[in-house]
Amino acid sequence: MILFRLAWQSLLNRWLTVGLTVFAVALSVALFLGVEKVRTGAKASFANTISGTDLIVGARSGGVQLLLYSVFRVGNATNNITWESYQDIAAREDVDWIVPLSLGDSHRGFRVLGTSQEFFDRYRFRGGREITFDAGARFDDLFDAVVGSQVARALGYDLDQEIIVSHGIASFTDHDDKPFRISGILAPTGTPVDRTVFVSLEAIEAIHIDWQGGGRSANTISADEVRGMVLEPNAVTAAMVGVQSKLQIFALQRWVNEYPEEPLLAILPGVALGELWDIIGVAETALIAVSALVVVTALLGMVAMIFSGLNERRREMAILRAVGAGPGTILALLIVEAFFMSLAAIILGLGLLYTGLLVLRGYIDGAFGLYLELGPPTGREWAMLALVVFLGTLVSLAPAVRAYRMSLADGMQVRS
Amino acid sequence: MTEDGSPDHALRLSEVSFAWPGRMPFSLDVADFAVRPGETVFLAGASGSGKSTLLSLIAGITNARKGRVEVDGRDLGRMAGPRRDRFRADRIGIIFQMFNLLPYATGLENILLPLAFAPERKARLDDPKAAALDLAEGLGLTSDLLTLAQAHTLSIGQQQRVAAARALIGGPQLVIADEPTSALDAETQLAFIDLLLARVAAAGATLLMVSHDERLKGRFDRALRLEDVAVTRKAGR
Repeated sequence: MILFRLAWQSLLNRWLTVGLTVFAVALSVALFLGVEKVRTGAKASFANTISGTDLIVGARSGGVQLLLYSVFRVGNATNNITWESYQDIAAREDVDWIVPLSLGDSHRGFRVLGTSQEFFDRYRFRGGREITFDAGARFDDLFDAVVGSQVARALGYDLDQEIIVSHGIASFTDHDDKPFRISGILAPTGTPVDRTVFVSLEAIEAIHIDWQGGGRSANTISADEVRGMVLEPNAVTAAMVGVQSKLQIFALQRWVNEYPEEPLLAILPGVALGELWDIIGVAETALIAVSALVVVTALLGMVAMIFSGLNERRREMAILRAVGAGPGTILALLIVEAFFMSLAAIILGLGLLYTGLLVLRGYIDGAFGLYLELGPPTGREWAMLALVVFLGTLVSLAPAVRAYRMSLADGMQVRS
Repeated sequence: MTEDGSPDHALRLSEVSFAWPGRMPFSLDVADFAVRPGETVFLAGASGSGKSTLLSLIAGITNARKGRVEVDGRDLGRMAGPRRDRFRADRIGIIFQMFNLLPYATGLENILLPLAFAPERKARLDDPKAAALDLAEGLGLTSDLLTLAQAHTLSIGQQQRVAAARALIGGPQLVIADEPTSALDAETQLAFIDLLLARVAAAGATLLMVSHDERLKGRFDRALRLEDVAVTRKAGR
């Protein structure tokens, strides 16, 4: 009892150094927990990039590659699916719905996706949330376009503005003869949808109708003329598929993978996302390692502070010894002190973390599409906090043992 | 032993031999040194003469290699460490030259400090706080000074008086003072010694004081020189 009071008073007496040390440890704890929150948040956001879609079908390549170009719009398709194959899949009994994805063109650095109106119903993210419109509506007219939130913000677009789609991903040729009108602007989703320009599949066909082998042919067809024509595509890049019953997913996947007419690949988005996370997850390990090092550094700082305080506290020790405190009491005093400091540090650290989360999570969600949970610390986080207190107390053993030795050696002499 | 069964020595060292190991070896031998209960003894010795080592041995903070160090008839050398710490807390009050107090605690808290480690002394007091204030008043300290201010804000003279009260609270049998006046100015030195001796007499305690200031020795029952008590040797260089 007296031990706790003495430790407490002694700490109060050195409030500035103690306060700074506790603050340093608290900051490192907040950082570590923050990294942990961001990590789990990023992982959850990533895993929830696409949900509600049972299979993604594309030309045969790798699962991760198909996921990258169809969902993340990174890289290019090796090949397309012919319209006949697409129709074959769509016609199957076990297929509930199918949404075509046609990629290849761009608009000022953003990918243009040709798809059907149904895309806006079927695409789900973050555990089943639907795409919503900030303004306007889906594309209705042939030359209507819907832009993602980032596209609109980065380029300062408003409804009814005219935009020109460029041919290819990085080219200087524009489809300037057939301008689009922005019919809708999407709300932020934190997925690649935000960075995409959506047009109808027919529009993709329309802007390429007078093109042959990568160049514009001599016989141009105007925007008005093309409205009267049949705009059925020859091929699409990939397709999102939903099945009638989850039990049929694997049967359909096998059927697609063994489709005899052309080499196709069907993947389960969740599985491919997991594989992709494994690849980029190295960064997460590095993050954890760095923040763990920060915690260790802060704890070392605390030990250094206790050590440097020992000399000026020699008289305190000698007085306590003289009034009857055993060397064990001196040892315990320093350990109790370090325990208090570590405890105060994690409490302050948690305070900093949750204050930070409360203030910043809205901004982070909006700016980075990273949704951070505000729940209580997880079991893993509690374990980590307990470890900080334990380590803080453990490392204090070194100065405590030194104080113990000093108090034995000093005997009756009061040094200061 | 005396007739009522209490030991006839408050303190007795016999055949004691102690040595500091290390690069600067130092040894101290005491053939026989005894102090009667209730006696006040002045021990003169220059600094570096081994008086701190002698006092450490008597307080049981350091342990003799050979011989017997008896306080109240009990041999400190035969007690295990924690028993010895407890024994010191219960039987011995100590006053240092300076830096006697925990700077962050009040004077009152400093006076009460030994009671936390000394159940026997604590048991003698019905109201420790009142006893502490009483003692302090006898030493010329007001209760405001003791309860409101942190110890480091007190003057050196006030600090030494708080230390004296701490050494005396709960009635320990033996009070050891290591140059308690050397930090005080000449006038307050004599006043402090008189107050200390009066309080020690009132408590019926034994006092062993070490000092280099021989002006003070007339006020004690007995005055000795450290050389008469102990043989010290600095070996080597």
